[in-house]
Amino acid sequence: MTAALARRWLAPALVGVVGLALWQTLVVAADVKPYLLPSPTAIAEQLGQVRPLVWSATLATGANALVGMLAGSVTAILAALLAARSRSVDLLLSPTAAAVSVMPIVALAPALNTMFGTTSNTPRRLVVAVVVFAPVFVTTLRGLRQVQPVHRDLLRAYAATPRQAARTVTVPGAVPHVFSGLRVASATAVVAAVVAEYFGGLQNGLGSRITAAAANSAYARAWAFVLGAILLGLTFYVVTLALERVVTRRHGG
Amino acid sequence: MSTPATAVDARGVGKVFESRSGTVTALQDVHLTVAAGEFVSLIGPSGCGKSTLLRLVADLEEPTSGELVVFGKPPRAAREAGDYGITFQQAGLLPWRTVSANVQLPLELHGVGRRARAMRAAELLALVGLAEFADAFPHQLSGGMQQRVAIARALAEQPSLLLMDEPFGALDEMTREHLQTELLRISASSGAAVLFVTHSIPEAVYLSDRVVVMSARPGRISGIVDVDLAAAADRTEGLREDAAFFAAVTAVREVLHGAPAPAVRGVDVR
Ligand SMILES: Nc1ncnc2c1ncn2[C@@H]1O[C@H](COP(=O)(O)OP(=O)(O)OP(=O)(O)O)[C@@H](O)[C@H]1O
Ligand SMILES: [Mg+2]
Repeated sequence: MTAALARRWLAPALVGVVGLALWQTLVVAADVKPYLLPSPTAIAEQLGQVRPLVWSATLATGANALVGMLAGSVTAILAALLAARSRSVDLLLSPTAAAVSVMPIVALAPALNTMFGTTSNTPRRLVVAVVVFAPVFVTTLRGLRQVQPVHRDLLRAYAATPRQAARTVTVPGAVPHVFSGLRVASATAVVAAVVAEYFGGLQNGLGSRITAAAANSAYARAWAFVLGAILLGLTFYVVTLALERVVTRRHGG
Repeated sequence: MSTPATAVDARGVGKVFESRSGTVTALQDVHLTVAAGEFVSLIGPSGCGKSTLLRLVADLEEPTSGELVVFGKPPRAAREAGDYGITFQQAGLLPWRTVSANVQLPLELHGVGRRARAMRAAELLALVGLAEFADAFPHQLSGGMQQRVAIARALAEQPSLLLMDEPFGALDEMTREHLQTELLRISASSGAAVLFVTHSIPEAVYLSDRVVVMSARPGRISGIVDVDLAAAADRTEGLREDAAFFAAVTAVREVLHGAPAPAVRGVDVR
């Protein structure tokens, strides 16, 4: 057990350490300019100095990503439930989801900023919700459609009403699919929350801090905030994964 | 409650499937009656329409010709009245439900209260020898155990007809023979008629009052063999080595392999 655990963590950790060492050597040996790539030690030093700021920025961006992800996922799941029940709703929603999924944040974020004002977190949360919607909608709908023929026969044999069929078979059967959508969405939610801050508005999050630091040529500091973004993204992903494990453990392997 | 003496009555039933690749006559002019409480097996080569016939009785498909009556009603009415229980080739358990909750499914769909449901499930799981697995999930069970859960589920509402499509098809010989004897005991004690699809001649003979032999393209009944062995409840493993058993096996095999046989033949070697 411990040996397996060690092996599981040791390899990635080793790759990380070796990577950092190479990075450091490269930057020092080749005398790479800081605006191109600061060295890991320089970033670590900056991180030490601005740690409270990185923490608060991570919390601000994290809150946007979380609220946006919850809103987007709930909307997507409800929409998928409707689309699975009614063909006409599906004809309406599926193209909408496709359109939404290719909508560039670059266009969306400034428009929402104008709409809601620049002192609000709402535009950023909406950007996240929009980005999260499509993958969750598509995978949930696929899950709702994938009822095993033997289960369909079973429901008909026992004269289940459509509502009963949804409650006993269709919805529980879609849960693993919902989570595969959520897993994809969790990583993009953080990226979207960070990127949405590039287009003005409140200056409290990771994205604004990264742009501000870069504008002041404080590249190592910018990278310290990037590190915060990476950790935030990983946290979202890991928490979603853990939730998935807990909920779908019953489905068996 | 008095049930009609005839569980299933097929009168010239036919089924044609239309698909893009053409039409398939899955069944043609099938006449068959199953008496209440009778155990009837359907046997025949792959594709001869055994599953189709079972699905027609279950009202999972509709016949394209002829008439089908189940307990004096159209199949749809019988289905909606919960007259039959059904098992499929796959156990078809819901993986996110415990064994007990799977058995309770038909009761739950028909509005039986929680306590009554749990009690009935416990009773049925004891019947199929899985009492200690009530709270397990299906993936923790072997294939044979899953099939037993499916049988328990089919029995949940004390149906007067059991429809079983190769329930033991995927099991090893030992589990299979054990479950056959269990099924005999269960069907005898429940008094339900059974329509049982199988590929195995010994299985059909061991279980049945009558074996219906079918042939393919188009699917039709080529003969019916009466099996006059001991009463279902008295059939035991020893019977498998009985001369009467072998005689019945031979009789089914002859019809199956197209030896000239009358439409109905009896085998009585007692
Ligand atoms: N839904 C369907 N659409 C089209 N053709 C079908 C359908 N169901 C069955 N058939 C055809 O009807 C014929 C009989 O099929 P059926 O499944 O009843 O055979 P079977 O006797 O149960 O075979 P097996 O022993 O392999 O299970 C086959 O030729 C099959 O291809
Ligand atoms: Mg079949």
